[in-house]
Amino acid sequence: MDTISSYMTSDHHRCDELFAQAEAAASGQDWGTIAADLQVFLDSMHRHFKMEEEVLFPAFEQRTGMSMGPTQVMRMEHVQMRELFDAMADAVKQQDREEFLGQAETLLVMMQQHNMKEEQMLYRMVDQTLAGEMEEVLQQMRAAGA
Amino acid sequence: MSLQPGLSFSQAPPILVPFRFFLSAPLFGLLAALLMLWYGTSLMDSRWQPSVLALTHLMTLGFLGMAMVGAMMQMLPVVAGSPVAHPVGVARAVHVLLLPGVLLLAGGFLFGTHWPMRIAMFLLGSGFTVFVAAVGLSLKRAPPDSPTVVGMRFAVGALVVTAALGLTLASNYGWDWWLIERVRLINLHLTWGLLGWVGLLVVGVSYQVVPMFQLTPSYPKPLTRWLTAAIFALLLLWSVAQYLPDAVQEQAMLAVVSVAAIGFMVFAVVTLRLQLQRRRKQSDVTLLFWRFGMTCLLLALVLGVAGQVIPALDRMQGDNFALAFLFIAGFAVSVVNGMLYKIVPFLIWFHLQSLLMGVTKVPNMRQIMPEPGMRRQMWLHFAAVPLLVLSALWPPLIYPAALLFGTSMILLEVNLLYAFRVYQQNAKLATKGEPSST
Repeated sequence: MDTISSYMTSDHHRCDELFAQAEAAASGQDWGTIAADLQVFLDSMHRHFKMEEEVLFPAFEQRTGMSMGPTQVMRMEHVQMRELFDAMADAVKQQDREEFLGQAETLLVMMQQHNMKEEQMLYRMVDQTLAGEMEEVLQQMRAAGA
Repeated sequence: MSLQPGLSFSQAPPILVPFRFFLSAPLFGLLAALLMLWYGTSLMDSRWQPSVLALTHLMTLGFLGMAMVGAMMQMLPVVAGSPVAHPVGVARAVHVLLLPGVLLLAGGFLFGTHWPMRIAMFLLGSGFTVFVAAVGLSLKRAPPDSPTVVGMRFAVGALVVTAALGLTLASNYGWDWWLIERVRLINLHLTWGLLGWVGLLVVGVSYQVVPMFQLTPSYPKPLTRWLTAAIFALLLLWSVAQYLPDAVQEQAMLAVVSVAAIGFMVFAVVTLRLQLQRRRKQSDVTLLFWRFGMTCLLLALVLGVAGQVIPALDRMQGDNFALAFLFIAGFAVSVVNGMLYKIVPFLIWFHLQSLLMGVTKVPNMRQIMPEPGMRRQMWLHFAAVPLLVLSALWPPLIYPAALLFGTSMILLEVNLLYAFRVYQQNAKLATKGEPSST
């Protein structure tokens, strides 16, 4: 059976894969492909954030009463990453490769350190806290991400 | 319900906490280069000379020590979820103690006078005590099942051993007392310092940053679970073997050293292989620095073990100079340099973004630390290392080697300062005003 940890961690890896694809596309000349690959990546990120912000974090906060704790920091980092998403999309619109790669590099490090904190700390806490309602929460997340 | 006590997700410590260390590190590298130019070929006469001891400590305590202390204070909240308490005060104290401490230690070696050595002992001893206490507390609170945390704990343990031995040896210089065990203690000191503190920290940190920066697969579980513990245990065994009866001592030590070397070789090969399997196609300076560093580590290990088996090889490369340059400049400096090029622009972006969100657009990492400048510095370093290594065979090469190494260190400092200026200029734009100087 999936734990929340394993489910969300594999979703991180899926997003990583799509990131790598979008970044690799930027070495080619076709801005249409770059835009398309970027969109696929951004969609998967938005879906991931949605599962966390609409289902996982509220469930965790409700159970623990910690609304200003780790989940708050993670939400703030989501905001920071959304700014980078916008900057990447702008760079594609302006067909500015250097700017795109610079924003992509920044996002990569931001995203990875964020994932690290989630995978090694938050998700584990979540698995413990929500052990009794794991299946239910997973279902709600899948529904939110659908 | 048992949530980890003390787990914290707090944001990065203030920017000067790591930066005061990062900006100091290349200056010690530059001093090391100047020292090589000044003493030139005479350095190769013997590794026991004061000038060589000064050189070694400028590179290890100065460049590596500064960068590693700064990076560790920065990384603990992210990789261990456990920030150092009172980071501003701790960073300031450690920096203010270590910086003159290293200079006085090098000066004490060079000029053979007692008082700088005595003051250096006090400064370095108290600096490392503060650092180890602060980082130790943070690591104690960290989740125990993270291989990086485990690696960091062993590395800090090795640092304690290295520092204790170093202080003992320094007191010998400071007071001229009769230390019959000197050679043995020096071997212990440098092995714990290089393989223990430097080696184990790099291994532990790699488990996180190699997959993270290049999107490689993770390191194999058995490796991350056992390697750092095994190497630490081997270092302990090796230390004990020093005191075995002469008849068995040599074989025992050779066996232990070979196994430890194999451990590091496995690490280097796995790292290079993972990087080949990276999902991220974009190559960057950090990746190239790491590949270069891992290759040098492999060469150093092969040379180190071969030198134990064939003593003539040791003599040929002048008292292990080639080995030392490969390990310190080729492996450790490269890896640290590559890391700085990721940590520094990211940190500046991260701090600027929280200051400027909604105010103005934040420069991206490539604007903060432009790629061409990093590449130039990288190529200088890549040219310097082989010359340094070969100067063990043909000493006059030390001059061009030192020139290249020194220039590379100047460029590294210039690159770091450029990035820091981008931070300062942009931070001014924040309506909230600049954050406090710490």
